[in-house]
Amino acid sequence: MLLRVEDIHKQYGKDKVLCGVSFGMKKGETKVIIGPSGTGKSTLLRCINRLTPADQGRVWLEEEEITHTRASINKIRAQIGFVFQSFNLFAHLTALGNVRIGPLKVKGMKKDAATKLAMEELERVGLSDKADAYPAELSGGQQQRVSIARALAMFPKLILFDEPTSALDPELIGEVLEVMVSLAKEGMTMLVVTHEMGFARAVADEIIFMENGVIVEQGEPKQMFTNAVHARTGEFLNKISELYGETSE
Amino acid sequence: MAGSSLAVPSQLSEQETLIQNIARLAPFIPSLLRASLINIQLLIGLIALGYVFGTLTALLQVYGGKILGTVARIYEWIFRSVPALVLLFLFYYGPPRFGIGISGFAAAMFALGFRSSAYQSQIFRGAIQSIPSGQMLAARSMGMSRIQAIFSIILPQAFRLSIPGWTNEFSSVIKDTTLAYAVGFNEVLRTARIVYDTHYDLAMSVLIFVALIFMVLTLAGNALMGGVERRFRIPGLQVPGHEKTRQSSRTSSDSWGLRLRNFWR
Amino acid sequence: MTFEWEWIPKLAQGLPLTLQITFTCVAIGIVLGLLLALGRVYGHRILRGICIVYIQFFRGTPLLVQLFLVYNGLPNLGITLTALQSGILALGLNTAAYQAEYFRGAIQAVRGGQMLAARSLGMSLPQAIRFAILPQALRLVLPSWSNEFILMLKYSSIVFTVTLLDLMGQGKRIASRNAKTFEVFLVVAVFYLVLVLIVSTLLRLLEKRVSIPGLGAPSEHR
Repeated sequence: MLLRVEDIHKQYGKDKVLCGVSFGMKKGETKVIIGPSGTGKSTLLRCINRLTPADQGRVWLEEEEITHTRASINKIRAQIGFVFQSFNLFAHLTALGNVRIGPLKVKGMKKDAATKLAMEELERVGLSDKADAYPAELSGGQQQRVSIARALAMFPKLILFDEPTSALDPELIGEVLEVMVSLAKEGMTMLVVTHEMGFARAVADEIIFMENGVIVEQGEPKQMFTNAVHARTGEFLNKISELYGETSE
Repeated sequence: MAGSSLAVPSQLSEQETLIQNIARLAPFIPSLLRASLINIQLLIGLIALGYVFGTLTALLQVYGGKILGTVARIYEWIFRSVPALVLLFLFYYGPPRFGIGISGFAAAMFALGFRSSAYQSQIFRGAIQSIPSGQMLAARSMGMSRIQAIFSIILPQAFRLSIPGWTNEFSSVIKDTTLAYAVGFNEVLRTARIVYDTHYDLAMSVLIFVALIFMVLTLAGNALMGGVERRFRIPGLQVPGHEKTRQSSRTSSDSWGLRLRNFWR
Repeated sequence: MTFEWEWIPKLAQGLPLTLQITFTCVAIGIVLGLLLALGRVYGHRILRGICIVYIQFFRGTPLLVQLFLVYNGLPNLGITLTALQSGILALGLNTAAYQAEYFRGAIQAVRGGQMLAARSLGMSLPQAIRFAILPQALRLVLPSWSNEFILMLKYSSIVFTVTLLDLMGQGKRIASRNAKTFEVFLVVAVFYLVLVLIVSTLLRLLEKRVSIPGLGAPSEHR
């Protein structure tokens, strides 16, 4: 088991955002989390790498407990990649600079090695020709791909994707999903919060449906789409498929 | 105090006096220019001091936690609320009270330097706070420690975002160096004073000359900061929503809007 | 270090002058600044040029130099003013230049569509300025008035160099008699701190009642 999430609770004031979420992920698996907005999906991701501390519950990355008070959180985070909805590329660095800074500063790589690595990752997401561009000079889709390259450059054990395409114009979504699909096929362990059903159908090993802070149902895509146990799940999937599903593969 | 009571020598006709006046000013020009070099030295010293302490104060306020943050805030409040002249007196007459000798230059440099640090702290703090929170999040999510994130991600951006504010500060403190006059320090205004204390009818000309020196210095300073801004410019990295226009680089404050207004108080 | 209680009332004697100078020069600054701004935005070439030169001069040169120009320089031209008049005039002329820029920013912020709308109703230029532009511009500029006030409050201290007995001048006077300059000025500093605190709180309350947040970011310095 690569990732184990056990009984996560999180509350903002009176708002109970997560009420006991547990699941696990094996190496190489791709899981997609779906659900209505505000059901804590993003919060869950942030609790996993402790960007947001959970009120209750534990998380393990392989043998290490992330939620332990004595955990070396920086070392752990260096093993988990995070792709944000709003990209969050470092505004003062070029694409190359962004991809390179993790290996350089966090892993202490030498500059030449880090640069070479960064160029390889940019190549992998199809943007090696934009290495010297600043974030403001790139389109949304390009920025998000750089952000994925930035995560990849750290050789993570797991990558968390927080609605990676929600902030993109429709015609740019495809290029990002393409990268994500190829990553999944190469065996990267990915936990993705998204509405893109086409993606889920293509590469997800499991779909997790969340509502009101709990996991309502989880299962293989085929099963979830055709034969969901809970009526609510089927309802939601149909609605989403109408809006997002077939158009973006 | 001299000047106002000596009407007689200045009742010469304006036409005649103007050219003669300027001619009589000529021998004093070298010493005036030399004195203004002292102002420039003071300027450099106090800006450097202000930069170091200003950055420190800003960082303490944003990242320092309750105690250090409050200390920093109080420091800033004091050095912004007490008039520069009072500060000059305190730094000039204070140390001797405790048995430490201090030169006029050092007193002026410390007084005006710490004062500048309070304003620079505000500029820098505003810059830091205008950086989207996602930048810090992204840095932390890849395993950078807080300190690493601050130095590698936040500061480089804050530095660039502060440049317009610094241009402002620069042109102000150039002029504030004349306040050192009040503690008897021999900078350009005092030199000018010495000239017209004995040549009453040169007062106007000397003072206009000094005024012109400062206008030139201010223009030079603005040009310098413009160069700095261009050298470090990064596309897309500006105060959100406000592009620098040609106008604003001279009139200094128009383009900053609400955010700056709030933290300039 | 020893302090004397009697300093406090003695220093307080300088307060009325400090406040008087501050109020008066800000008032001059507002009126003159508005005129300069209008001249700069709506005037024809020569008028605009004069306004620009004025503004650049008073913003680009030190306040102390300006004070001496008025007090010591003007007599060369036959105009002799008392120390008080000089102080108020110099500070007033100075703040007018800065006010002019805040006004200009506010006017230009309002200008575009508002002017078009006013003219299309048939208003003349002066009417448009008076009924459409100014009411909005004046609201936008309020926050910077309070800022200027505080600034002038602090800078009013320079008048002691022409031997006026404001707060600063009183301090100098007491100090020259007992040679305890440092201690006296510590008390002076506290006076100013309290003064600034009170005035800025009052101004902020006033602002809340009256203003609209907006453009015209004030600059703190001279």
